[in-house]
Amino acid sequence: MFDFLKRPVETFQEFMFLSGRAFRNIFRSPHYADDILLQMDTIGVGSLFIVSLIGFFSGVVMALQMSRALATYGAQGQIGQIVSITLVRELGPVLASLLVAGRNASGIASELGSMRVTEQIDAMRALGTDPIQKLVTPRLIAMAVVLPLLTIIADFLGLVGGYFIAYSMLDITTDQYWSTAWRILEYNDITQGLVKPFLFAIVIALVGCYYGMNTSGGTQGVGRSTTKAVVVASVWIFIITSMLDPLFVNLSS
Amino acid sequence: MTPVLPNPAQSLAPPTAQPPVLRYADVNLSFGETPALVHLSFIMQAGETRVVLGAAGSGKTMLLKTAVGLVAPDSGHISLFGEEVTGRKESQLYDVRSKVGILFQEGGLFDSLTVAENVAYPLLNQHAGQAPSPQEVDQRVRESLSFVELEHTLDKFPSELSGGMRRRVGIARAVVTDPQLVLYDSPTAGLDPITANTIINLIIKGRDMRNAATIMVTHRYQDGHLMANFRYNPDSGNIERWEASQLTTRFFVMQEGRLYFEGSEAELRASTDSYVQKFARPGSS
Repeated sequence: MFDFLKRPVETFQEFMFLSGRAFRNIFRSPHYADDILLQMDTIGVGSLFIVSLIGFFSGVVMALQMSRALATYGAQGQIGQIVSITLVRELGPVLASLLVAGRNASGIASELGSMRVTEQIDAMRALGTDPIQKLVTPRLIAMAVVLPLLTIIADFLGLVGGYFIAYSMLDITTDQYWSTAWRILEYNDITQGLVKPFLFAIVIALVGCYYGMNTSGGTQGVGRSTTKAVVVASVWIFIITSMLDPLFVNLSS
Repeated sequence: MTPVLPNPAQSLAPPTAQPPVLRYADVNLSFGETPALVHLSFIMQAGETRVVLGAAGSGKTMLLKTAVGLVAPDSGHISLFGEEVTGRKESQLYDVRSKVGILFQEGGLFDSLTVAENVAYPLLNQHAGQAPSPQEVDQRVRESLSFVELEHTLDKFPSELSGGMRRRVGIARAVVTDPQLVLYDSPTAGLDPITANTIINLIIKGRDMRNAATIMVTHRYQDGHLMANFRYNPDSGNIERWEASQLTTRFFVMQEGRLYFEGSEAELRASTDSYVQKFARPGSS
């Protein structure tokens, strides 16, 4: 009767099993520091340009769009606050994470998927290495460290983008923009702006690794895993942010 | 008091001082409704060769993967060198796996590592106790690559090699630790006949230099024929005909997970069964 639930439940169970082993391995030897650094470079440095670009333009767009609404109330001077709150709380973490999910969840799934179908993962196991320790845990650690840092950069460049519009088109002074943008931020905003990308990073890394490690069906299977990883990671980013928002909104009230 | 039940794996053991290299006792494995191994039982002693033939999907690769615990069977017992493989944790299998060399069907070479790093991988990861020194690793990697005549490819990546060369690097990695059992999964698949013969000659050479037990899964009867009739002569350095190889070489033919036929090459060729016949003539696959 409930056969249709069997596969999703199995998938969730396997995902939780992989996640558990990946977290447990953080505290177990051997530690593959080289792999962690390599992944930090791939994810962090590799995504820096695109995250910076999108961060900057999201600030620009935010300032442009909101200026019209604020002008109705003669409150264009508050543009720094709007840009700051929106970016730090929500847009910065979500946009940076979606970009990294698109870029790196797919990269991880396709890399591990290719390793799976060419029996490199079996070879690793046969040659005395735990593939979760060697492949999953370094990606998890690297992503969890790097994504919050990328988010900070995206937030800052978004504020710079907002300032660019505010100064050049809205005649708002540098002092006014930056002081309102800075003063409006509370610890709660900073906390959720950092907690969110940290949780998103865990989801992106584990989802990418899960679909990569469970690839079957040759090169077509690699394509399917890659697509699934991006879609599932992106959906989970929105689900998590929707679940966290009420919590942080209640905390601040 | 709970009665101690006899272990089916042990009950099949012949009365020898040395435990068999590999023992399957009523092993079953299926993926959903599809059987991969059905009631599979056999014993393999040191120095023996098994040539496994069969149609695609008949369970040949699963036979190799279950042997080293890469895939766990649904029921039955498998033991390697007298140690039970079934029901053990992954980390508990590393020691026994270090006695086995494997050449995977898809090669299984790590794309991100050079040829030298690939061949050194088992030495660095499968050592019991102290890790070998870098000099020792370097020497053994060179020896192993020299064995497959690829010592000039040390710093190349697998993607820079031809299919036959990758297979040879895979053989070098499989034998670098001097394993007592070597498993070859379709070592000649997708290769031209000349390269395929080179690969089989290397496998024969590796087998006879180390007196290692060997299981070779293949689609080609010719591969098995060479394994059963030729040996490496260390004096001349050549592969030459030697009928006595037939005594230690047994042929398996698998069908839908079952061990459909087991016997010598002569018995294989004499079989009148139409399925067995498909795999018992030159050019069959």
